[in-house]
Amino acid sequence: MTTTEQHIDKILIPILEQVSDPEIPVLSIMDMGVVRSAIIENDIVKVEITPTYSGCPAMDVIGDDIMAALKNAGYKSKIELILHPAWTTDWITERGRKALEKYGIAAPLEAEADKDVLLNGKRLVKCPQCGSKNTKLVSQFGSTACKAQFQCDECQEPFDYFKCLK
Amino acid sequence: MKAGISLRETMKNNLYKYILGIADNSLILGQRIGELCGHGPSLETDIACTNLSLDLFGQVRSYYQYAAKIAGDDRTEDDIAMLRKERDYINVLLVEQPNRDFAYIIGRQFLFDVYHYLFLTELQKSKDLTLSAIATKSLKEVSYHLRFSSDWVKRLGDGTEESHAKMQDAIDGLWTYTDELFHQTDADKQMVSEGIGVDVTKLKDTYYNNVAEVLTEATIQVPELKYFQKGGKQGIHTEHMGYLLAELQYMQRAYPNMEW
Ligand SMILES: [Zn+2]
Repeated sequence: MTTTEQHIDKILIPILEQVSDPEIPVLSIMDMGVVRSAIIENDIVKVEITPTYSGCPAMDVIGDDIMAALKNAGYKSKIELILHPAWTTDWITERGRKALEKYGIAAPLEAEADKDVLLNGKRLVKCPQCGSKNTKLVSQFGSTACKAQFQCDECQEPFDYFKCLK
Repeated sequence: MKAGISLRETMKNNLYKYILGIADNSLILGQRIGELCGHGPSLETDIACTNLSLDLFGQVRSYYQYAAKIAGDDRTEDDIAMLRKERDYINVLLVEQPNRDFAYIIGRQFLFDVYHYLFLTELQKSKDLTLSAIATKSLKEVSYHLRFSSDWVKRLGDGTEESHAKMQDAIDGLWTYTDELFHQTDADKQMVSEGIGVDVTKLKDTYYNNVAEVLTEATIQVPELKYFQKGGKQGIHTEHMGYLLAELQYMQRAYPNMEW
């Protein structure tokens, strides 16, 4: 069995932190939690990444970007896509959540609250522009597979909400 | 001994076919709702449908990559997706039905989503760890699909007189394709006995119960039918399939080996 622990060689962390999610450029792939392991073995860095969503077109780009970043740092690398264990929004770090909010995307709520918001129309998602919770769901599907479309009834701004995935 | 080798070969071939049987459903449905890109009835539904399509294609990639690995020759995921002939696709007839109107699109999606959700829930328990991992990943996405299509069945069914009539028409027209979801090929049966595949015959009652529950809430009458269409799992498709493949395969047929 694979565990949910990450195995990343310390020396590689600053390099991997430079690689950002191509669709949310303020978020590093480390804060996104998609890097599951990165280990130096016989001069080659073996990196395992896991997709956020199956159809996420960013995964191929992320793989290429990791390879480029490691190459710049003088490493050869091999990237492998793993499916187990499946990615969850819980793996987004606290720093990642703050970066999302700053970028104008509401960070995922806990599973129960997420259900209340998406299914029962409860107003719990905080508007990343003005901070009001007087917000409503416009569409369960947003600009990318991982987001839903919301609108704030205080400042009227539309915004994306990063859906909870567990 | 020859018998040993051929047994292993049969097992490999059956697993390959089994994976295609799952993946082809998602590929063909993904292509159908992908056709709505830029043509959805509203911006939100347009984006929703392309998102469903993207999820399905993503799942398909995982399945075909695995199938290509099992085949063990120079076949790639793209060859499997793009270069087979109509008779070699083994998706159910339901998913290839054309986009007649939005109620029909939603009806088709809903009737497949209910099945897909139950199927993946079981596939998670597969002894094949790759299939079980793909199932776990996909299930999270498919629960969104099911939520979306169920919501729309209710909105249209319990909506205006016109939307109700169209939703009822769609369900009546599509019902004949639902029974095939629970048919098994020889490959399916072998995979079930190996603890790899899902025994779909056991999902049937739950399926029709879950479907009826949503339809009733949507004030849609549950059709009663004795005769059902079948053939997709044997590669015998409806007349719509050729047109769908012509569009799906156009680039690879016109410009062989073309890459992005
Ligand atoms: Zn606001």
